[in-house]
Amino acid sequence: MDFSELFKLSGLLGRFSPDGKCLASCVQYRLIIRDVNTLQILQLYTCLDQIQYIEWSSDSLFILCAMYKRGIVQVWSLEQPDWHCKIDEGSAGLVASCWSPDGRHILNTTEFHLRITVWSLCTKSVSYIKYPKACQQGIAFTKDGRYMAVAERRDCKDFVSLFVCSNWQLLRHFDTETQDLFGIEWAPNGCILAVWDTCLEYKILLYSLDGRLLSTYQAYEWSLGIKSIAWSPSSQFLAIGSYDEKIVYKEVEKSPSVETERFSFPPTRALASSVFSTQSKYDISQVPVSFQYIKPVADRANPKMGIGMLAFSPDNCFLATRNDNIPNAVWIWDIQKLKLFVVLEQLCAIQSFQWDPRQPRLAVCTGNSKVYLWSPAGCVSVQVPTEGDFQIVSLCWHPSGDSMALLSKDNFCVCYLEREEVK
Amino acid sequence: MGDWKTVAVPVLSSDSKNIFQYTSEKKISPPNMNAQVLRLPLPSSKSMHSFFSAFCTEENIEQSISYLNRELTTLGFPSIYAESKGKELNLISIINCMNELLVLQHKNLRAQEEVEMQHLKLGSDMDHLQNCYAKLKEQLELSKREIVGLQERDRQLQSKNRNLHQLLKNEKDEVQKLQNIISSRATQYNHDMKRKEREYNKLKERLHQLVMNKKDKKIAMEVLNYVGRADGKRGAWRTDKTEARNEEQMYKVLLNDYEQRQKQLLLENAELKKVLQQMKKEIISLLPPQKQKPKERCEDGPVLSDLEEDIGEFNKENMWELSCETVREQLTNSIRKQWRMLKNHVEKLDNQVSRVHSGALNDKDVISREDHELETEKLELEIQQCKEMIKTQQQLLQQQLMSPCDDDTTLLLQDCYLLEERERLQEEWRLFQEQKKNFEKERRSFTEAAIRLGLERKAFEEDRGAWLKQQFLSMSTDYKHSENVTTPSAFIGTSDQDNRLVNSMSQQRKPHCKLSGPVSAESCQTSQYISQNSSNAALKKPAGDSMPNQWEESDKEETE
Repeated sequence: MDFSELFKLSGLLGRFSPDGKCLASCVQYRLIIRDVNTLQILQLYTCLDQIQYIEWSSDSLFILCAMYKRGIVQVWSLEQPDWHCKIDEGSAGLVASCWSPDGRHILNTTEFHLRITVWSLCTKSVSYIKYPKACQQGIAFTKDGRYMAVAERRDCKDFVSLFVCSNWQLLRHFDTETQDLFGIEWAPNGCILAVWDTCLEYKILLYSLDGRLLSTYQAYEWSLGIKSIAWSPSSQFLAIGSYDEKIVYKEVEKSPSVETERFSFPPTRALASSVFSTQSKYDISQVPVSFQYIKPVADRANPKMGIGMLAFSPDNCFLATRNDNIPNAVWIWDIQKLKLFVVLEQLCAIQSFQWDPRQPRLAVCTGNSKVYLWSPAGCVSVQVPTEGDFQIVSLCWHPSGDSMALLSKDNFCVCYLEREEVK
Repeated sequence: MGDWKTVAVPVLSSDSKNIFQYTSEKKISPPNMNAQVLRLPLPSSKSMHSFFSAFCTEENIEQSISYLNRELTTLGFPSIYAESKGKELNLISIINCMNELLVLQHKNLRAQEEVEMQHLKLGSDMDHLQNCYAKLKEQLELSKREIVGLQERDRQLQSKNRNLHQLLKNEKDEVQKLQNIISSRATQYNHDMKRKEREYNKLKERLHQLVMNKKDKKIAMEVLNYVGRADGKRGAWRTDKTEARNEEQMYKVLLNDYEQRQKQLLLENAELKKVLQQMKKEIISLLPPQKQKPKERCEDGPVLSDLEEDIGEFNKENMWELSCETVREQLTNSIRKQWRMLKNHVEKLDNQVSRVHSGALNDKDVISREDHELETEKLELEIQQCKEMIKTQQQLLQQQLMSPCDDDTTLLLQDCYLLEERERLQEEWRLFQEQKKNFEKERRSFTEAAIRLGLERKAFEEDRGAWLKQQFLSMSTDYKHSENVTTPSAFIGTSDQDNRLVNSMSQQRKPHCKLSGPVSAESCQTSQYISQNSSNAALKKPAGDSMPNQWEESDKEETE
């Protein structure tokens, strides 16, 4: 494992390009494009204001920088550094901005979620989508980039609109049986849309691409609801993490009363767990192990409890979860056996984890200057060789799985992993 | 009964004092009552005198005699006077009367004794009964008290039970109430939310109008030059045709997805069917064939023939209708049947093994040995009979030889006869010898067979033991295998990795070796194959195969 030196960063905005050649990072109002292997600066762009969000286009030719305070989006081209594009939302304000899957349209969400404006880089046309829903995940694109689902709310009712991304034609518009839609997410096969309700209501609905309701799943009547969901890469299973620290692992085709597996987080039992010690080493501790359990404050909203992070491994073998009540531990479940596989217990609270896009390897960071890698063969903790403080808060993998960027509040570094030879 | 003591018995006559003396003296030595009666201690002369002088004195002799006479006559005795009127005493009658009186006295005394004894007996009986009565009364009291106590406890428990029921009901009511409160609050909140949302929407509309109305020149996009489309084509107008095409596209996507899934399912089905068929064949091969076990013939017979029919049928139908429901059901049913038979068979084998281990004789060997012994006995008898026959014949021969010879012709004749007989005898002797040899051979073969049986039995025992061990090992390796998968997840020591590398490499090099060690993926998989009658058996194999590859890869990565 090799580490690069630290570079400056602001806003945790470090992104690899989808083709894996470049790495974009922001320092205040400057956008720096580097080559991935040498980390040499390829391009340097200056924006009008502090950049709050950057996103690569799907073909890695363009990159957008959104400045929410000024309501401006600037788009830069990598092929032609002289090319520039500026989208000003003016008084409408800007809350969110993203690319369309074809890489030629930009969707801006104006302030107060008044509307979504679709700006085209190819033509002069502008489209508007009215009444978008103000929720965490209101826009979802299918993996193949053909369709877009937008959550809307009119007259106190939730709707979902499906658009064809090629010409923005409204394909389907249907209402959902949710009280207050919280999020939507496409299945990896692009045929099923999962729609789930607010945290006060445990309900998740599955709609087909043509707008039919396929199934509903409601675990409880009056308990707190769904905190996070994750689709399995095969689109056959859905993992639903709820506020009551349980994961429902559901097969999509079957009706909910049959074959749902609930994983609960036993507070004192674990199959094999690793405890991180000060000498930067993993130890295996014997079962039973007790974890540091945090009881959230009951009279505050948005309590830190329940399953906050869920991620499937790309080979569909493992599911990594984090229970916000036990923030120091990552629970890795073996999905094929439907059993708990391993628990990684860290000394500090886990900030984020991400699976390697190619193989079942999990990278975890906990806010200190060490990065932790787990794979079924073993796990390792690596200290980033830096001078000074480097508190890793977030990380993101390179699309090929060969390297990853470790981001802290002020800096970032790139970690190069050795490539394994595939026999 | 206890010792009964004589109790003073009230006496009839006026001279109570004296007779009391009599009775009191009897207490002293109870055994010889009658003797005692006779052996009365004579009172002293003075007392005797006083005794006698109390009734009769010299003055009143006649009076006393007449009184005595009167008394005796009233009692039924004859008069003591010689004549009816006269003063002469009949001595004989007096003596008779005296004797009679003595006899009467003895009788009375005996009767008195008996009465006294009975009295004593009754007294002791009564004592005993009184004691029993007292004890029973005590017991009754105790049990009554116990009953009262138990009743009290029962009442307490019942009241506690009632209280708990009441509490439970109260809790349930509370829960119901709280739920009702929650639901009513939820509706209230929803209502409020909706109201606020409507207000908010109104504000948004207003704002939107303002924003649109302003026609902000700022809201614009400045581009240096428009970029070409990603796919290089020119943009198209949005028409009905495009709309229809989009719909079509969408349905195509959905259909593709469903078709893919169906293909996957078909493949899965086909694989599973293959697996089931294979399992069926293997189970049939494992089950005992029809010939060897006559007992099971009646059970296996119809079923096995069914199975063979099934196989034949299935192979035929395999070609035509793979997904036919009836075929599927038949297949699963037949597999279930065979699995049950296999289980029964294994259980029987287990029982046999346990019997063998416990040292009990196998019925088979006993029977065969008995048979063997019977046969040998029979053979011995035959041999003896033959020997006797030979003896008698020899005797006859000798007699014949010993008998004097008369004439030449007779001699000749006799010679001829003798020759004939001799030849016959020789032949018989030869036959007998052959038979003897045969008998010997048979005997030897029987003994050899017995030895072989013993050896085979031993071998069978060893096989059973080995098979059980293997089963046990495979079960434990299954367990070990699952453990081994989890524990290496946190190991980074090089020595262990090397071991695993060697292990996985050895697995790859010896795919056919089934017992290559405790952690052998192959044996685990085969045991999984057979023992787990689950549909995932076929699917697990590819996963299992990929695992060692991963291990190898990551091992290599970390050791570099």
